[in-house]
Amino acid sequence: MADADYIGKEYPSFTVNVEKGRIKMFADSIGEENPIYFDEEMAKNSGYSGIPVPPTFAFTLTMEAGQSFNILEDMGIPKTQAMHGEQGFTYHDHIYAGDTVTGVQRITDIYEKKGGALQFIEAVIELRNQTDVHVADLRSVIVVRHNVGEKS
Amino acid sequence: MSNVVDYASLNVGDQIPDLVKENISRTQLALFAGASGDHNPIHLDDEEAKSGGLPGVIVHGMLTMAFLGQVLTGWVPQNQLRGWNARFVSMAFPGDTITCKGVVAETLSENGENQVKLDISAENQKGDNILVGTAVVAIS
Repeated sequence: MADADYIGKEYPSFTVNVEKGRIKMFADSIGEENPIYFDEEMAKNSGYSGIPVPPTFAFTLTMEAGQSFNILEDMGIPKTQAMHGEQGFTYHDHIYAGDTVTGVQRITDIYEKKGGALQFIEAVIELRNQTDVHVADLRSVIVVRHNVGEKS
Repeated sequence: MSNVVDYASLNVGDQIPDLVKENISRTQLALFAGASGDHNPIHLDDEEAKSGGLPGVIVHGMLTMAFLGQVLTGWVPQNQLRGWNARFVSMAFPGDTITCKGVVAETLSENGENQVKLDISAENQKGDNILVGTAVVAIS
């Protein structure tokens, strides 16, 4: 069970490297063809100081550091009972290939719907780069389905 | 590449060009699992998905959201995207065709720049919404 006592809990800070190859792999996997994600020269000619990460890649950086799933593990919730409910991004600056990004995940809310059959866990992550520039904020809502697959 | 969008010529209700992703394959889910780091078996293994109460594997919400990101960056360059959010309202399955859409909901001026708020959505081949949300982009 996700307990309301977890509201306000902050998880240890994490640091991830933003790898060019990973950006390419990610862009390929979503069918992205814009050369700014593959070619540094093209990115620079388009006004970026390096290869930028695609808009949702910031979430992947947090996943690479085990975020979101660490909340489920912490609360003893099986992954198969959890789904993504909402996701938000606010950008303050760019994240580029070669950056090192540090973040802290904090649980901001936990609430129930359908008499407890569905539980919602809201968490935010603030991301900063290697020069301590605040690059992005992420907000996630995880939906947990309780009592699934159980026969009475 | 993105086209140049002119703020003065935009009106509430204007639609941005759709983006269609046809026939999402299990292979794409596997590739996205690897690339995105989301290895939840509900996207890869039917049996595991069923044990979690699902009819079978489902498309990663973040893959659909990545498609929705592409409809935005297909309209304006990524460096004009200020923020966006989306709610995963229903599930998508392998074989689905996903159409991403955006409609101008509001024009506003924030921090000295012209911005546009868009209502965005991704829907399946039946017209059911998979994902709905809003995005704020800067327009010069």
